[in-house]
Amino acid sequence: MYLQYPFVRYALIVGVLIALCSSLLGVTLVLKRFSFIGDGLSHVAFGAMSVAAVLQLTNEMMLILPVTVISAVMLLRTGQNARIKGDAAIAMISVGALAFGYLIMNIFSTSSNLTGDVCSTLFGSTSILTLTPGEVWLCAVLSIAVVLIFIIFYNKIFAVTFDEEFAKATGTRAEAYNLLVAVVIAVVIVLAMNLVGSLLISALVIFPALSAMRLFDNFKAVTICSAILSVICAFFGMIVSILGGTPVGSTIVAVDVAVFLICYFSGRVKRGIVR
Amino acid sequence: MAFITVTDLSLGYDEQLVLRDLNFSVSKGDYLCIVGENGSGKTTLMKTILHLKEPISGKIETGDGLKQNEIGYLPQQTIVQKDFPASVKEIVLSGCQGRCGFRPFYSKEEKTLARENMERMGITDLANRCYRDLSGGQQQRVLLARALCATGKVLLLDEPVAGLDPKVTAQMYDLIEGLNKEGITIIMISHDISAAVRYASHILHIGDRVFFGSREEYLKSGIGKSFVEMGKGGENNG
Repeated sequence: MYLQYPFVRYALIVGVLIALCSSLLGVTLVLKRFSFIGDGLSHVAFGAMSVAAVLQLTNEMMLILPVTVISAVMLLRTGQNARIKGDAAIAMISVGALAFGYLIMNIFSTSSNLTGDVCSTLFGSTSILTLTPGEVWLCAVLSIAVVLIFIIFYNKIFAVTFDEEFAKATGTRAEAYNLLVAVVIAVVIVLAMNLVGSLLISALVIFPALSAMRLFDNFKAVTICSAILSVICAFFGMIVSILGGTPVGSTIVAVDVAVFLICYFSGRVKRGIVR
Repeated sequence: MAFITVTDLSLGYDEQLVLRDLNFSVSKGDYLCIVGENGSGKTTLMKTILHLKEPISGKIETGDGLKQNEIGYLPQQTIVQKDFPASVKEIVLSGCQGRCGFRPFYSKEEKTLARENMERMGITDLANRCYRDLSGGQQQRVLLARALCATGKVLLLDEPVAGLDPKVTAQMYDLIEGLNKEGITIIMISHDISAAVRYASHILHIGDRVFFGSREEYLKSGIGKSFVEMGKGGENNG
């Protein structure tokens, strides 16, 4: 069995943890009409990564994480006032960062296989299979932190997602929690880049949430279901990709899509029976 | 001192002045109706009372034992809420959030409070139903129960009967009147002038001309007379 290889075990552990984190906030982001924020932020992270690569930083995270967090805060901020503005801001930052990232890599890169590098950053690569124990630990610690934060602030996140104005008027510090959500989502995006690559992260964030929303009618059940679906899809996708030699990221997303379709139709059947 | 005292308040958005030099007060047990045409600044006024918006000048003070965050709020529905997967129980309970401070979970007392308020609004049997599957009137009851979890003192209602059919509208008004009789102060924003003069104890009319006073005074005043007449001619759904 493949499980005897440590790199396979590492990949599975990290993959499952990342899938768990990314699905938790998915429900909130989908409901707040911020589905595309994952895309925008991951492109920012891509830009930051190419800068880090050019500067030959030994620890890329030191640059990528802060840059992504700052962009997340800015994006969620503008989104509060006008949705169209928020949309445009996401599109702007996302393509801008993507273009600059590629440009910088092209001009300054020392690598002999540039296209391969870019492709693997965008679509995820074997990097999930080449993790060092240190990276696995970092990933595990960050994931656990994200899950804990989510559980502790679950009720507040619900209140702010459902009705920000009401929450604010009755003394909940909605801005602070929006900020928290922004920071957490940025951390999740940076983590998830390892697994599925920049272009496919949104799928990891929104598909489990959308699938769960087809099946369940209350927030708690939707959240739990989306976490479970996400973990199952990631695990299954990785096994398939290891056995079949397919790309990890796209295989996971393909499984996510398949599960969404199943949920969509069973949701319709379920509703049909209830009515 | 009154619950809420507004002095020389000027309001607006994007640098544009909508209302100037507004003075009024709301005392314990009042039923204040804020009426006025579209664009007269009703919603802006309400957001300012809730401190969601800063006034351009003037001030809003709370007194008589009322704290700023003890004003419950029944907002107009947003698009986000229309397909929100949440149960009635979860939504009502979220009204207690303001009491929690940094405490992450709801206490037993808060859960009891939520249950009591669901009973009060007659939605106990809907507790596990999904919010998006409810009728308009039921949804308003859920949001009212939530507002009651946030406060037992003052409720601010923004067009509570918008989009409801006449029968449900009448039930909603009865419900609100009942709450007022139980001692809860009501501030209601409304288009519906006939309901305003039927239920309210005080009327604040904003627009080109401003009026604040008791219902009786309003009915005798020129502005009140002309508007009530218009209301009778236009919409007869009270």
